[in-house]
Amino acid sequence: MFAGLRFAVSAGLCLQVVGDNGAGKTTLLRTLAGLLEPDEGEVRWNGQRVETRSLEFQREFVYLGHQPPLKDDLTGRENLRFGLALRGTAPAGDAGRAIDAALAEVGATALGDRLVRSLSTGQRRRIALAALRLTAARIWLLDEPVTNLDAAGQAVVASMVASQLDAGGIVVAATHQDLGLAPARCPQLVLGRRA
Amino acid sequence: MIGAALAVLARDLRLALRRPGQVLQPLAFFAVVTVLFPLGYTPELDKLRQIAPGVLWVAALLASLLSLESLFREDAQDGTLEQILLAGQPLAALALAKTAAHWLLTGLPLTLMAPMLGIALGVPASAMPGILSSLALGTVTLSLVGAVGAALTLGVRRGGVLLGLLTLPLTVPTLVFGARATELAIAGEGPSGALYLLAALAVLAVTLAPLAVAAALRIGSE
Repeated sequence: MFAGLRFAVSAGLCLQVVGDNGAGKTTLLRTLAGLLEPDEGEVRWNGQRVETRSLEFQREFVYLGHQPPLKDDLTGRENLRFGLALRGTAPAGDAGRAIDAALAEVGATALGDRLVRSLSTGQRRRIALAALRLTAARIWLLDEPVTNLDAAGQAVVASMVASQLDAGGIVVAATHQDLGLAPARCPQLVLGRRA
Repeated sequence: MIGAALAVLARDLRLALRRPGQVLQPLAFFAVVTVLFPLGYTPELDKLRQIAPGVLWVAALLASLLSLESLFREDAQDGTLEQILLAGQPLAALALAKTAAHWLLTGLPLTLMAPMLGIALGVPASAMPGILSSLALGTVTLSLVGAVGAALTLGVRRGGVLLGLLTLPLTVPTLVFGARATELAIAGEGPSGALYLLAALAVLAVTLAPLAVAAALRIGSE
């Protein structure tokens, strides 16, 4: 897919991966997430080579693919609760209140008690963003985070990314759309073109 | 780790409650297949009693297999399987939780239905404890072996037939000892020997199958 790729992202920075369709944006993100094994090369975290599939590294990042990972037959709230229990990252204080706060942040308070089956694609994506907000992971790997979102939803993504960076996190996002960040905070990685 | 596994178990049970039809299908299949024998073979209870062990076990095996195809497929389709793979939790424990949910929704109800269907096959009441315990132990192994097959065939389009081809040979020991235990129970002899072997198979499956499922799911995610 690609070769000779080398990049580093520091804490508090975002990396926007762009490239033509089929250039390997999703492949790159899935490789970073350990869902794919690279033919060669390595991933370093804090200067140390890491096994991307190790449980320790998995707790450092959260991966959000282009499909919101939600169960149709559960409500938004139930999906978020499951996500919290699955990762074992109980937020400080009451889980229910943290879920309410996350839903409010993505503008989906009214959607929380509806079955995901009844939500539109953009509404599902908002619930998935709330799940992202609830994890304490430092690295966010986002595949097309703003697809299917309206202008308000895109602004939510932008502010979430900005606050994650402010907190010293790292965001790697594959998207062609502007994330609303200063270019210095969000350099672009162009796949499929020889540098 | 235990919290995450319990969360997976609770989620799968809750999902099943929201869609009871999917849970009832294999149970209905089990009942219909078993009842076909008195209709299609002979209504004489003496003859039916002789084939009852085989009928009950083959029907239970196929019913269990029927419901296994969707064990990981739905999670793979809606993307939640990726979240489970990336949860930072031991995958084998989560796989065991999913399989436990499958057993609670298929193996356990199949076991509890068997005495009623046994009556239709002329099985004496004295044989029921033996039949119940053999099926309870055997369906544990069937769920676990089937889960390995389901994980391996996850990427295959219409993998149902392949799942059967992969899984059925591995379930032969369970089928043999399970049917033997049932036969002994019907004959009024002690089925303990066969039950011990079924228990040993179940322990072996509980130990090894989750690791195999985890490895297969990782390969399947590529």
